[in-house]
Amino acid sequence: VTGRSIQVARPGALTTIQDCGRPGYAHLGVPRSGALDAPAHHRANQLVGSPPGAPVLETTLTGVAVTARAAVTVAVTGAHAAVRLDGRPVGPGTAVAMAPGQTLDVGPARAGVRSYVAFSGGLRVPPVLGSASTDLLSGLGPARLAAGDVLALGDAAAPLGGAAVPDAVPGGGAAVPLGWAAVPDGDAAVPSGTLAAAGSPLHCPQAGVPAAPVPVDRAELLIHLGPRDDWLSAAGLAALRDGAWTVSPHSNRVALRLAGAAPPRSRSGELPSEGLVAGAIEALPDGQLVVSLADHPTTGGYPVIAVLDPGALPVCAQARPGLTVTFRIA
Amino acid sequence: VRFRPAGPSALLVEVDSLDQARALHAEIGRRRAAGWAPSLLDVVPGACTVLLDGVPDHGRAARDIRSWTIPPVPAGSGPVTEIHCRYDGPDLPAVAAQWQLSVPEAVRLHTSIEHQVAFCGFAPGFPYIAGIGRGREVARRDSPRSAIPAGSVALGGEYTGIYPRASPGGWQIIGQTTAVMWDLGRDPAALLVAGDRVRFIDVTP
Repeated sequence: VTGRSIQVARPGALTTIQDCGRPGYAHLGVPRSGALDAPAHHRANQLVGSPPGAPVLETTLTGVAVTARAAVTVAVTGAHAAVRLDGRPVGPGTAVAMAPGQTLDVGPARAGVRSYVAFSGGLRVPPVLGSASTDLLSGLGPARLAAGDVLALGDAAAPLGGAAVPDAVPGGGAAVPLGWAAVPDGDAAVPSGTLAAAGSPLHCPQAGVPAAPVPVDRAELLIHLGPRDDWLSAAGLAALRDGAWTVSPHSNRVALRLAGAAPPRSRSGELPSEGLVAGAIEALPDGQLVVSLADHPTTGGYPVIAVLDPGALPVCAQARPGLTVTFRIA
Repeated sequence: VRFRPAGPSALLVEVDSLDQARALHAEIGRRRAAGWAPSLLDVVPGACTVLLDGVPDHGRAARDIRSWTIPPVPAGSGPVTEIHCRYDGPDLPAVAAQWQLSVPEAVRLHTSIEHQVAFCGFAPGFPYIAGIGRGREVARRDSPRSAIPAGSVALGGEYTGIYPRASPGGWQIIGQTTAVMWDLGRDPAALLVAGDRVRFIDVTP
């Protein structure tokens, strides 16, 4: 790696690179992938002056630590976690300047699951089908972080489009643009055009989804019935409205798995395979509800009885095992 | 045609058969190329459905589709890909027995059919290839194998599938191909896409 970079000091349990994912390839069996908590992803980038869709780090429960190998502005959003720069606490949701050799440590999540770490200039990753995202279901995109990895950064000095917000970066210097501009392609060592798409948020499927509070103890998820709500009996519908489920420890980027009493069905069996959207809630015969998250398979054969409202996806991204989940039907 | 909402911005369009789903999918492709529904992000064909992901106005999309005259997909259309297959999979004897055929007869049956890709799913480049037909559906294994080699040709339900890379899987393995199902250096990366016709060629040594 030449040019600006960071080095992974502690990779944490599972830290991946995520951007807005790779929509447009589902018909080939390619999951959409991308950051699970999209508003936190966008906010972290805005704090460091990167386009909202630029690639960031997504941690899982135990955080991450990285050492700067160049001057870089960083910001951490998402789960509630202690953030330290060379041991000194950093306030949540603020941008801080790192000097070469300094180490940023994102501690274990006290609430929520996933922290998002953005860097000025953005992480530079050769895109796969237009995205820098790691897709854990199909293995597309970069490998999960390992200790010692060196990750290249884009050129933070390149001009960015959008409206300037002065003084938003304490100690960071330059004014921060908030616009949905393309990632600057300032590194001449990389063929132009190959990286522009990686952070291009022009088609970010979750642009505009509002941020949600990190859930603690319980979460009420807004859902829209269908497409296969007719597989539920009247009692099943009532159970969905009135019941409570528990987030299973087997949840991951593919699905939030909810354990609980099976909502009674009006019919049994499986469907011919059909397309799934993010937030689709499949009812399994054993009673489990499986909520599709970013790395979900593109088709499935269990009935999708309801689909999350887009605003509930960030809540699911931060739902810890053991959290109590109820539904509100739109 | 039935329209089933799949959340605020997606619509599952349900028809009665794979042929109708293929015709609808082809028509959506033509309309989209001409500028229809520019907010669409993904169009995902299924066995009897087409999912439109990125249509916030369900009513308008449904009205548009109802107004279309959708030509059926002519029989024998779609590019033909030959898949060379060594019919030596561990589950081939059991499949042949289920079909009440000898192993050579089962291979002759599978190679005599003109198959057609219904849709992709499960993994990038994994095709659900229709053709073995009703009455010859193959049940999944009771316990899935933890590792199936890339290129495995396997049967599940009424479909033949080909594993693009090593993965766990519960389908019955009948053979092996050297065809590269998924190559990011190719456009499209998938060797087989919905609507393609497939002929299996027996290259068992």
